[in-house]
Amino acid sequence: MSQIVDTSSVIHPIPSGTRDVLPDEMRELRDITEAVRGVFEMDGYGEVWTPALEYETVIGRGGGPPPAYRVFDDHGEVLALRTDMTIPIARLVATRYRTAEPPLRFCYFAHAYRGVRPHRGQMREFLQAGIELVGSPTPQGTAEVLTVLCHALTATGLRGYSIGLGDASLYRTLLRSLDIPGAAGDRLLAALGGRDFVALESEIGRLDLDDADAQLLLSVPQIRGGPEVLSAAEGPVADAVDGLRRVHDLLAPDVADRVIFDLGLIRDLGYYTGAVFEVYDPALGEPLGGGGRYDDLLGRFGRELPAVGFALGIDRLHIALTGEEKGAGT
Amino acid sequence: MSLGLTIAVPRGALLGETLDRLDALGLDTGEVRSNDRKLLFGDIGVVTMRPSDVPTYVEAGAADVGITGKDVLTEQPDREVYELLDLGYGRCVMVLATVEGPDPSVEALRRLGVMRVATKYYKTAAAYFDKTGRQAEIVEVKGSVELAPLTGLVEAIVDLTATGTTLRENHLVIREELFVSTARLIANPVSHKLKAAAIDAMLEKLRAP
Repeated sequence: MSQIVDTSSVIHPIPSGTRDVLPDEMRELRDITEAVRGVFEMDGYGEVWTPALEYETVIGRGGGPPPAYRVFDDHGEVLALRTDMTIPIARLVATRYRTAEPPLRFCYFAHAYRGVRPHRGQMREFLQAGIELVGSPTPQGTAEVLTVLCHALTATGLRGYSIGLGDASLYRTLLRSLDIPGAAGDRLLAALGGRDFVALESEIGRLDLDDADAQLLLSVPQIRGGPEVLSAAEGPVADAVDGLRRVHDLLAPDVADRVIFDLGLIRDLGYYTGAVFEVYDPALGEPLGGGGRYDDLLGRFGRELPAVGFALGIDRLHIALTGEEKGAGT
Repeated sequence: MSLGLTIAVPRGALLGETLDRLDALGLDTGEVRSNDRKLLFGDIGVVTMRPSDVPTYVEAGAADVGITGKDVLTEQPDREVYELLDLGYGRCVMVLATVEGPDPSVEALRRLGVMRVATKYYKTAAAYFDKTGRQAEIVEVKGSVELAPLTGLVEAIVDLTATGTTLRENHLVIREELFVSTARLIANPVSHKLKAAAIDAMLEKLRAP
């Protein structure tokens, strides 16, 4: 029999998109972060902390999403809660490691803050585990990071995951090679970023293109699957596709088997320059994390070094592990 | 048989044509047609629901793909789903309508600075008036929107109309058309990668004339 719940007691709310973690859940989260930390440390990635608050100008320089939470400090400077750890680590490398010999390897376990619509697996305050590999160009650096990513996921006990691998510069390259004017190109990119292939098709239809070019613009971002699908993407995107193939060739079989090529992969963060990737598991309807190359970002902070990294959402990883336990998505 | 996909199917106006399309893919939808209380048809991978719930199920991955109207997708712009195909049927127009005669919303804007607009599509209406530079107070109603301007609650309505019959019967006239809505095929972002072959096969058959 159900009971009437007493609702008369005073409640003290917490901000939208935040939550408390109690001991049972905390033990499970701790198991995950310890497993991941073990892999990061073993592979030579030293853990760092940076302030949760940065100057807003630092975050703006990184070109990421605008911060959702801002405050004034005692001198009237605008501070912001970090939106990810990649920009703070770029700042850290450019200031604390100005003359250090690359490559540099860092890992972190830290909360970041974004003004998203909160739901399970994506709160406004969320814990990320990730690495940054600074000073190691593609394909070796990219392959190393993908390898660490797979080892970390396997160490948590996750079984069914795949890694979607694409290239952030691919569609821009395609637009340039077909001489699509800037404004029209931006509309196509906006449709692609909004995951709206209907809008993409209608925008392509408004351009004065021959059928083959129009078909290329529409079909390339829908190419995804094993290495065999890459043969369908020749011509203007051949360079980007070759880059992905070279990364794939460097991967050990246990990692390579996890990779799905995805030529339409778009990451929301603005600083990616080359290979990008996302982690999928059939037990969860959204990516567990992702990353990619950001070869220009360090230069914006005064140290020109290529870099690559990823971040995993610990809450999402936890949900996926729980789902796999129950047999979801199989 | 099933396509190896869980498909969110909208009940209501889009149901008939949606089932016709699924029949053409080789699914046996006979039971969906004959039993309007049952919600889950596991053997053909179909779940049925209100059209406005389809993006919710697909975004969360509870369904791999779904079919719903563009009006629903426009009203839920933050949903992380792929929009894969315009299926063409279920054609309706989102309109701004007022009572016949001189447009009362124009007078309200001129003399009071704000027009009041009743709608079930709060975000769609708010975004439209922002985009067209007009100050509007959006009044969200759940039932018959046509009643609101007749009683003096509002000067105008934003609503979806297929034939315009209900508007005409209530002596309302269309002043502006916001957009045309048709049925769309949407997909969960993770299913779009992990079940690429099944989704592309479905897409190809749906595209075929």
